This record gives sequence, structure tokens and C-alpha cells, in this order.
Amino acid sequence: MANGAVAEAVNPAAAVGVTRRRDAWWVQPLVVFLALSGFVVYATWAAFQGKNYRYTGGGANYLSPFYSPELVGNPHYSWFGGRPGWWPGWLVFSPALLILPFPAFFRLTCYYYRGAYYKAFWADPPSCTVKEPRSHYRGESAFPLILQNVHRYFLYIAILFIADLAYDAWTSYWFINPSTGQAHVGMGIGSLVLTINVLLLAGYTFGCHSMRHLCGGRINKLSECPMRSRIYGCVSSLNSRHMAWAWPSLVFVAFSDLYVRLCCMGVLTDWRIF
Amino acid sequence: MSSTATFKIWRGDANGGEFRDYQARVDEGMVVLDAVHQIQAEQAPDMAVRWNCKAGKCGSCSSEINGMPKLMCMTRLSDLPLDQPVTVEPMHTFPIIKDLVTDVAWNYRAKKMIKPFSPRPPDAPDGTWRVAQADIERIQEFRKCIECFLCQNVCHVLREHHLEDKFIGPRLLTFTAALEMHPVDIEDRLYDLRKLDGIGYCNITKCCTKVCPEEIHITDNAIIPLKERVVDRFFDPVTRLMRAITGDGKK
Ligand code: SF4
Ligand code: SF4
Ligand code: FES
Ligand code: FES
Repeated sequence: MANGAVAEAVNPAAAVGVTRRRDAWWVQPLVVFLALSGFVVYATWAAFQGKNYRYTGGGANYLSPFYSPELVGNPHYSWFGGRPGWWPGWLVFSPALLILPFPAFFRLTCYYYRGAYYKAFWADPPSCTVKEPRSHYRGESAFPLILQNVHRYFLYIAILFIADLAYDAWTSYWFINPSTGQAHVGMGIGSLVLTINVLLLAGYTFGCHSMRHLCGGRINKLSECPMRSRIYGCVSSLNSRHMAWAWPSLVFVAFSDLYVRLCCMGVLTDWRIF
Repeated sequence: MSSTATFKIWRGDANGGEFRDYQARVDEGMVVLDAVHQIQAEQAPDMAVRWNCKAGKCGSCSSEINGMPKLMCMTRLSDLPLDQPVTVEPMHTFPIIKDLVTDVAWNYRAKKMIKPFSPRPPDAPDGTWRVAQADIERIQEFRKCIECFLCQNVCHVLREHHLEDKFIGPRLLTFTAALEMHPVDIEDRLYDLRKLDGIGYCNITKCCTKVCPEEIHITDNAIIPLKERVVDRFFDPVTRLMRAITGDGKK
């Protein structure tokens, strides 16, 4: 068939980025590009610090989400003790390096982010009806992007992280009295930060498209399973605002790390509410 | 009170063409199709434009207005910046016939490749089926489609890369979703979705959803759920194993 006849007739030799759109179509991909790049730069920097990730001042116990769970690290808190013997000598020792790849791959393979970064980083397309730079295209039908289909496995891991971060949030409400050594309930700004963090991450994780599929989307006669049907309804309602969960949860997880870090460094004082 | 506005309308055929400027009177409540009709009636009687209902329901008047795929009959002039000329051109993805009219026949040919509705044996002796309202509701959204093909037009897999031989496009994936998720249907279209319909070519960039005049959540509710079903069948070792053990069909 005479494919492309109109494009050729209407818009001969259109160059990359050409469109007849009048709106500022480049704003959205640019914002996505800057926000994601900014996050990657901050998260990488924070992950390589290897310190200032657990705030224990004033009897508090706030753990940065980038470093949670602390598998190795401070032997007093970590699951498996201090720096392990197998840690490569050339690599900075930081517990976050064992943790961050999992949420990173969860977000990287997320359906929402995929669509967003294909546009912002690959210009594939730069925006709707805007001319692309490449003529060859295989999308997610071939290697490497066919690997995006692994997403649900990162979801399983992400759910474990939600449980872990919920535990951290719970821990942040317990303060050690320095004179008695007893733990008592309290609340600092850090407790609120870690709580909001896990709530936002849970809203993002439980609205995942793979979650929606697994909890009921794959069944055509869902009414026969009332429990799953209800769960599917809840997940679908989170899923319909998946993007609106994706961004705040991303920004806030970085903010939570920053908050704990600045408290550890003595730049911020954690304000105790009670 | 009426004023005038300039419309740059593409005039031509497969051999080429150009934008021509026309002035049209603008009255309250007018849509782009009204202006095009006025120009056709008063200045350009040979201008080809396809339309039928002028109510956003027949899907005939698809075009690109100021660079965005839209229905001419549903685009109000009051929503456009009339201090600049309004460009109106045919959909870019399909072969041109004349002026604003394109040949969308490929969509109908591709649709024939999709395995049709095939119901399970009737539930009742009178040859009828029993379906829960909740189960059918999920696919009602897809049935709102008016086949305007704006989504097919905007999809970069077809528009930029012309992979019509490998990818059926968002409209037809939505059509497949309506069949595949139907509580009475027993056909299996997952192999076709991956191998013939090319669902993997969609990179979920959501332009189709953005332009759909029926506001169907094409990407979130049709394409991604189908992609997940394809993952079940072809990529997830656990669901593949379960299938092998239970011999479970898809439904
Ligand atoms: S989401 Fe997929 S089908 Fe829709 S326009 Fe983008 S690539 Fe095409
Ligand atoms: S899905 Fe929407 S945009 Fe696509 S053909 Fe149907 S009504 Fe038009
Ligand atoms: S689709 Fe976004 S987290 Fe799974
Ligand atoms: S004329 Fe029917 S949709 Fe516009």
C-alpha cells in the first residue's frame, strides 16, 4: 500500500522535532528528563556515601530508605554484620549498593515510567505527532526492551520492601531514653517523614499494572471470586492514578534520605513533637 | 457577534499539495467542521471533506487541527487561538485520497485478521448465556469506540515507522481486548497478539489514549492488560509452569 502517502505529501522531508503542534509539547518530556536525571544523580551520590544514613540522635532510630534494610553495615544494627570479606576492595563500602538496584529496576521496568522515559530520553517519539530521530524501530518486541516483561518479578521484591519500610516507619516512633536505656513511644518530624514515605511508596507499588493483572485482571469472570474482585477494584483505583503516585513517591523517597542525612550531619535538628 | 478567522487547509492529493488560506466568519458555538463547510460552500466547492453525524459519533471527520489529531466536529473554535491561522490537514498515517480525506481501509483489512467472537456453548436450553453485569462492564469502555482511527493515526509505530505488516495498532488492540476479556468468549488470541498483532511494538507512550475522542483508556485498560496476559503465556516461567501442570486454558 502507499504507506506514508499523506506524511510525504503534507509534510515532505520533515526534520526531527518537526510538528505543527502549537502547544509547548517539549515541556513535559523536558520536565521528565530533568526530574529523572536529578533523581538518578542524587540517588547515586547518596548511595556512594556509605555514611549518615541512620540517625540515632536524641534516642531516635531513623533509617534512610535508600539503605533499608541494612543488610551489612553498622554491626550494631545490620542483619549480617559489618563489611563482608567478599566486598571488592576497589568499591566504596556502602550498604545502599546492595539495596538500590531493586527499586531502581522496579521503576525502570514500570509501565508508566517506560512510556515517560522512552519519550524523554529516547525521543521515541519526542511527543505525540513530533518527528522522531530514528527510522529503525523494534519497540519492546525484541532484545533488549523485551526484557521489560520481567517487571512483575521486581514487583514481588518491591512488596517486600514496603513491608520493610513499614517496619522502619514503626521503629521511628520508638525513642531510647539515654539515661534508662528504655524505649518509649514518641514522634519526631523524622517519624512523619518515614511514614509518609512508606505510604506514598505503597500507593505506587499497589497500583502497579502487574499487580492489577495478577490480583484479578487475568480473570474474565471475576464476579465468581468476590474477594479478588474487591482487591481488583482497590488496585484498579490506585492504578488509575499510577502516575500521580509515581512522582511524589519518587521525590519523597529522595527527600527522606536527605532528611535523615542532614539530621546525621547536624545540619537539621529533628524536631520532636512528643 | 461574528468575527473572522484564517484557516490554512491542506489541498492536494497523492501527487502533493499545499496549504491554502481561507477566511471564515466565526459565530458563537462553531466547530472546525462548520468553518470547513462554510469555506466549502462559499469559496472552495471542490474541497473534499468526509463527515456524517456532526456529533462525534460516526468517526468520519478525523483530521489534524493545529498539529493535533482531532475530530473536526468536536473541536470548538472557542478553544483555538484564532489570532493565528488554524491549520487543518488530513491524517498523516493513511494514504491520501483528496484534501482532507484519507483512505482508512487498511484498518478494516487488519481487523479481519483478529479471531472473531467465539462464545462457549449456551448456558441455558433456550440458547442464551448468563453473564454477570460486573464482568461485562470492564469491556463496555472499549465498545464506545467510534472507529475514527485517530489513535491509529497518532501511534508512532504506524505514523513514523509504518509497521502496518507487523502491528495492528491501538484501535485493533482495544478491539481484541474487548473480545479477549469477554466473559463468554473462549477463543485464545495470545499467540496472535504476540506474533501477528505485534503487541510488543507498542511502547506504551500513550499518544493513542491522549487523542481518543471517546476517552477510552486504551493503554492502561486494553493494551497493558493484554501485554500482561502475553507475559503470562510467553515470558513468566512460573505461570508457564502452572499452565503446564494444570493444563489450564486461559479463561
Ligand atoms: S501507547 Fe502504544 S499503541 Fe498507543 S500510541 Fe503509543 S505506541 Fe501506539
Ligand atoms: S479507540 Fe478512540 S481514537 Fe481509537 S478509533 Fe476508537 S474512538 Fe477513535
Ligand atoms: S506498572 Fe508502574 S510499578 Fe508496575
Ligand atoms: S462528523 Fe461524525 S464524528 Fe465528526
